[in-house]
Amino acid sequence: MTDETPPEDNAVADEKREALLAGLSESLGEDLVESYLRPHEDLWLRVRSESWQDSIRTAKSAGFEYFGFLSAIDWEIAPEGRYEDTEFDGGLEEEDEEPVEIDTSTGYGGGGSRFQLLVQLYSLSQQIGLILKTDVGEDMTIDTIRDIFAGADWHERETHEMFGVFFRGHPTLQPLYLPTEFEGHPLRKDFPLLARQVKPWPGVVDIEEIPEHLEAQLEAEVMAAFEANGGAS
Amino acid sequence: MTATSDREQMAYISSQAADARVNVELDTGDMTLNIGPQHPATHGTLRIACQLDGEQVVVAEPIMGYMHRGYEKLCEVRTYPQCTTLINRIDWLGSFANEVPFILAAERLMEVEAPPRAQWIRTILFELSRVANLALFLGDMGVQIGALTPVFFAFRDRERVLNQIEEVTGGRFHPNFDRIGGLKDDIPKGWIEETHSVMVKMRTFCDEMEDLLVGNEIFQARCRGVGVIPPEVALSYGLSGANLRASGVDWDLRRDANPGLAWDQVDWRVWTHPDGDSFARYWVRLQETREATRIVDQLLDGIPSGPIMAKVPRIIKVPAGEAYLSTENPLGEMGYYIVSKGDLGPFRVKIRTPSFNNISIVPWVMKGVYVPDVITILGSLYFILGDIDR
Amino acid sequence: MTTLLALPYWQETGIKLGLALAIIPTTSLILVYLFLFKMMAFMQSRLGPNDTGPYGTLQLIAEAIKFLQKEDIHPAQADRRVFRMAPVVVLASTFLLYVVLPAGPDAVVQNLDTGVFYAMAVSSISVLGILMAGWSSANKYALLGGLRAAGQLIAYELPLILAVMGVVIQAETLNLQGIVEAQATGEIFGFGGIGNPFILTQFLAFLIFMIAAQAELTQTPFDMPVAETELVGGFHIEYTGFRFLLFFMAEFGTAFAFAALASVMFLGGWWIPGFDVDDNILNVLGPGVMLGKILLIAFFIFWVRFTYPRLREDQLQKFAWKVLIPLALVNIVLTGIFKVVF
Repeated sequence: MTDETPPEDNAVADEKREALLAGLSESLGEDLVESYLRPHEDLWLRVRSESWQDSIRTAKSAGFEYFGFLSAIDWEIAPEGRYEDTEFDGGLEEEDEEPVEIDTSTGYGGGGSRFQLLVQLYSLSQQIGLILKTDVGEDMTIDTIRDIFAGADWHERETHEMFGVFFRGHPTLQPLYLPTEFEGHPLRKDFPLLARQVKPWPGVVDIEEIPEHLEAQLEAEVMAAFEANGGAS
Repeated sequence: MTATSDREQMAYISSQAADARVNVELDTGDMTLNIGPQHPATHGTLRIACQLDGEQVVVAEPIMGYMHRGYEKLCEVRTYPQCTTLINRIDWLGSFANEVPFILAAERLMEVEAPPRAQWIRTILFELSRVANLALFLGDMGVQIGALTPVFFAFRDRERVLNQIEEVTGGRFHPNFDRIGGLKDDIPKGWIEETHSVMVKMRTFCDEMEDLLVGNEIFQARCRGVGVIPPEVALSYGLSGANLRASGVDWDLRRDANPGLAWDQVDWRVWTHPDGDSFARYWVRLQETREATRIVDQLLDGIPSGPIMAKVPRIIKVPAGEAYLSTENPLGEMGYYIVSKGDLGPFRVKIRTPSFNNISIVPWVMKGVYVPDVITILGSLYFILGDIDR
Repeated sequence: MTTLLALPYWQETGIKLGLALAIIPTTSLILVYLFLFKMMAFMQSRLGPNDTGPYGTLQLIAEAIKFLQKEDIHPAQADRRVFRMAPVVVLASTFLLYVVLPAGPDAVVQNLDTGVFYAMAVSSISVLGILMAGWSSANKYALLGGLRAAGQLIAYELPLILAVMGVVIQAETLNLQGIVEAQATGEIFGFGGIGNPFILTQFLAFLIFMIAAQAELTQTPFDMPVAETELVGGFHIEYTGFRFLLFFMAEFGTAFAFAALASVMFLGGWWIPGFDVDDNILNVLGPGVMLGKILLIAFFIFWVRFTYPRLREDQLQKFAWKVLIPLALVNIVLTGIFKVVF
């Protein structure tokens, strides 16, 4: 047993996931929109939002009985600056005239909407994980999978309060973390992070390079202190 | 929409529950009792609103969020090394173990592999965190049931493990030691022998706990048959860690989905128990603690030599992509879903914490149990508030 | 019996009452310091109080002063009269218990002929006080604690009394001094050296008495009414300051009293081998002997308290009704048979 997996293992893992992908494509049929397989690591499937419940059911009957998590991604770029090469000027006070581009191109399985829902499931018998994604349309409504996986109950509540996605058929969608009077959906990209509004991003300081002429001097000082303390103890 | 009227209803019930005093006009119906948020049995600020019929629970609804720090939003505005500082504080008892899945997920996206020495030391520190975390549980379960003394022994012996972690990383609870590509520093001289002796002491501690608690008839009477979770329910709720294995499901991420750390290099076994009650969960965690000490012993003897850090650029930009990686943390399965757009920091981090799923089963499992059993079940499910609330 | 001094009745009773009243806080102090502070700490591998006074001996006095200087508050919706009376009722039952405890042949406040009966009856008054406290606090946790206490304390009265019955049958008297005399003058198979301490012949009754006493004192493993990690104090959760001190004193005072009863009924009381029952010297030595025996029994009470987890309510009740009471009845039958046959 060594650290590196021999090539045959790689091929086996590939085969396993490829076979799984083929099987699921067959059972999902036209519900499957796109898929992405990273060999030896993970499998992503994007399904149509109308058949979200059916796709989950198909996955469960294919052996994916362990519920990992359910969450959402907001693909919009945050309007306020984050890094040292972005101008930070309190941009939220002025109305942004240009429409913010929604770049889902880096998401596996593609997608066309601002919000995407994702669910991670495990199959204990095949020891493989599966990530299912779907687009959430303009109406921000999608079916609940609470009847299929009981654990999705709380995850859907959290997604609802953080993103504003409404789950059809979920009996109690009240907030999980936030107090009842809270307004807004925090994990959306246009919900401002107040800390960044008050104080600009301090990260610049961390990765400032030590100037060349100081580097040798600092090194000498550290070594001198080291020797003074008795060297390697 | 029914959601709003339900919300109003829930708000009314919550306001009733907030007033933990008996109504002056005798309400002969069910009584609402608040367990928490300030309560010694909930490890932190968790509130469970129970409706009681006499001493039996009719409905139990956990209400959380008292400690919600918004980690997922905070991680979006930080670089990867800065995120490590944050995520240390999710499961504050399992110090080093929090960082590992995040760093490994980022390494997967960067297609960087840490050198073998770093992977081995990561595994050792991971298992040490497990020993420290579960040692506290072994004593803490006693306190929930009423035995006041074992928890002091647990704290005392846990300090030894924390000392070892501190010697390497500089921090007992928040080491902040893992880096993309390896570790920050190497282990100090003499650490291996010290850790060997600490592991011997921890095994003695486990034997002590077994003598004090496991064999005790009262402990067994309180725990056996209490809070039984069948395996299908456990799978559907996404329980993980010892909770899942105590229901008989043989699933351990260290063995079945090893993300590259050194568990396949040593000889160890996975412990399961068929019962699925609180006693089974305690027993499985006891065996796991022992097993972890044995894993550490084997690993310490075979650390390969070499560099401690791979060649990574000083300013880390993770290429675009998505990755989900989870590991078998002391509390269960902790996973990070990182979406990166090629920036200095992640675009979206979804933190899958074990206690969140573990506690979501509380409304299901608490139907019809007595009030003392509520505490027993909560104790045996073993959650940390930072893990639930992030 | 010879008497130490010849005093008019009222003066004698007054002195005795004064002494008894003074003794109760002192005994609580000794028990609390020795067992709650120091023994519990050592068993949990820590030190306990060691700052106030030499080895922390003045800690309880410091705590008493702390309690006394707290503000007298009560919940807004509490029933004020009942709320205030509850700790007094519990403490009163403790004081009443001390009336019959003998510390020497004459060192007893009142040597009642129905000593045992009186002691058992009076110790049950505390149930009332606990219920009053739980109900009047206007707090759901307190109510739960009070109701649990009511069920538990009433359930465990029975094994307590039945266990004592065995002793009474063997001693042929309810009088506590008479029981001591019976143990002092008794013989084991003809050997009179150490008398006949009933712990040897009534071992089953001793065990049942100790278990039932543990439950009567609401100590773990029977501390459901005060389950710290669940109800955070149970029936006395709303009491602070002086009233809490009253409950505290009552708890340890009653523990002392029960340990005293156990040592009188099973260990021979104030009598030690080598002395006659009527010896006047025993009026001086007796209290010391009693204290030693009481500390021995209290040691076991508190040792079990710090070690065992607690039983759930229904398990508690099952244990009392289905295990302890039948055993106690068996003990009575056996004692009766042996008494008649031998």
